[in-house]
Amino acid sequence: MSPFKISWKNIWAKPLNAALNILLIAFGTAILTVLLLASTQIEDKLDKNSKDIDLVVGAKGSPLQLILSSIYYIDFPTGNIPMMEAQKLMKSPFVKRAVPLALGDNHNGVRIVGTDSNYISLYGLKLQNGKFWGADLEATIGANVAKEQNLKIGDTFFGGHGLTEMKDEHKDHAYKVVGILAPQQNVTDNLILTGIGSVWKMHEEHADEEHVEEEHHHHEDETAHVQEKDREYTSLLIQYRSPMAVAMFPMMVNQTTNMQAASPAQESTRLFSLIGVGVDTLQWFALLIMFIAAISVFVNLYNSLKERSYDLAIMRTLGASKGKLFSLIILEGLILTLIGTIIGVALGHGILQLIGSYQESSQAKMNGLLFINEEFYLLAAGLMIGIVAAIIPAIQAYRADISKILAKN
Amino acid sequence: MIAIKSVSHQYGAEQTITFADWQVNNGEQWLLLGQSGSGKTTLLHILTGLLKPTRGEIKINDTNIYTLSSKKIDQFRGQHIGIIFQKPHLIKSLNITENLILAQTFAGLTTNKVRIEEVLASLDMAHKKNAYPQELSQGQLQRVTIARAVINKPTLLIADEPTSSLDDKNAEAVLALLKEQSELNQATLVVATHDKRVKDAFNLTYDLS
Repeated sequence: MSPFKISWKNIWAKPLNAALNILLIAFGTAILTVLLLASTQIEDKLDKNSKDIDLVVGAKGSPLQLILSSIYYIDFPTGNIPMMEAQKLMKSPFVKRAVPLALGDNHNGVRIVGTDSNYISLYGLKLQNGKFWGADLEATIGANVAKEQNLKIGDTFFGGHGLTEMKDEHKDHAYKVVGILAPQQNVTDNLILTGIGSVWKMHEEHADEEHVEEEHHHHEDETAHVQEKDREYTSLLIQYRSPMAVAMFPMMVNQTTNMQAASPAQESTRLFSLIGVGVDTLQWFALLIMFIAAISVFVNLYNSLKERSYDLAIMRTLGASKGKLFSLIILEGLILTLIGTIIGVALGHGILQLIGSYQESSQAKMNGLLFINEEFYLLAAGLMIGIVAAIIPAIQAYRADISKILAKN
Repeated sequence: MIAIKSVSHQYGAEQTITFADWQVNNGEQWLLLGQSGSGKTTLLHILTGLLKPTRGEIKINDTNIYTLSSKKIDQFRGQHIGIIFQKPHLIKSLNITENLILAQTFAGLTTNKVRIEEVLASLDMAHKKNAYPQELSQGQLQRVTIARAVINKPTLLIADEPTSSLDDKNAEAVLALLKEQSELNQATLVVATHDKRVKDAFNLTYDLS
């Protein structure tokens, strides 16, 4: 009979004790798994999406908000900037590539981004079908958008005012899908891309009809007969030409213009330090649970050892060595914690998948089906807890004076 | 078979028990007689390699057992000595067959289900082979512990007070079983007891008092 079977049978002779131990370990591991996966995925998303963007220039306001809205498409834009001003910056010798963005509309919650062809090279976009947007009102949509909104090439759809709801539709102009992007594994999977002129066009007509103005401060300035000089962008994505620009360019923007410059790297770090407090707290909480679980396994083994001392003595009379008893007890600890950690990891993935399915923002969506190498550390940590919790009972079993135990009964 | 030479054991600082030399030959059936406190259990533990005596040597099958390592003694005991305790004790989480497999495993032998069936049948317990210990009566448990003691065909079968908690009829039955099983498995039998009822069943007696 294998030692595993002996230990296994003994564990399940007391199913409630075993279940409690496993539950505690699983709970602690699940929390740690969720934290690990979530922070890895968020970090990964942040990195991927801001990969080649050195700076974002937009209207004055919160720099974090500017980054969130222009790179991650999760917050509202800070406002608009005059096109003439922006174009001066775009021609600056510090700038290698500048991509203008015009935001403010959506289709069923999917953001419509007005931009130019520089956007394609900035993100290295590839097509799955069709072509990139060209004329006004042509749109190229992200892979997820095509799937979720059920849009094909040739389909038309309306844009709505705002970023999340289809409250105020621009019924006069329909967008036409001319291309679908290949999956890019970044924000563009969940965006509708179109020419900047399309977005302007929407709002010129809009203004002509003298619609009731909504109080979206970020929106295009809707005066009748928009002139070139009155045109506006929402923000600029900027790639530097040389490292020198890092020091000079943001300062120049902030001091000499009415706009602000925000660095994605800096703001991501700041965001993380804000979220970090919460993550730390949860992490300590999970570690506390793991610690309690370890103690519970220890108490369980220790108590059962007292009851089992005669069992163990009998095993010795049957020929089992001290080392054998030692390993049987360690094995019991390992089995309990291993089952607990495996259930915990699985539970963590399940929870994250559940969270993901309730998340509205498609840009920050969590995926519970991704596995990462760090989870092996969790498994290893679980095994370590098993060994640590079992070591004292195991040593006691090793040292037990069988002659005394047998004589007592 | 068994040879005890100038063995004594010291308890604590002062109390010492000295055992007379003892020679047991193959296949013999012995009674180890002594009141409680006379050192009966101590001698049994010394004999079975569970307790190293302060002085003297014990030879079983020409092996001086206390010259072996702790691990080797355990293995020697598992393979050559079968022990039956006063209270029948089985591992509760395992059924009868598994308890017997455990005895084979711990002795370092391979699992032999045929042998298990054979021993259980000889003790009239074959129908309980899949039962768990808590489903058996005291008498049935006693039989299973005898089965466990003889499963590896030991050369020495030792019983510690096997009858003391039994009534006359059952005491007689257990004794008969022990003698029968030791003959069946060609094992030397040593029964330790203070039970006067057992006396007449044996010719050979080692008296501790």
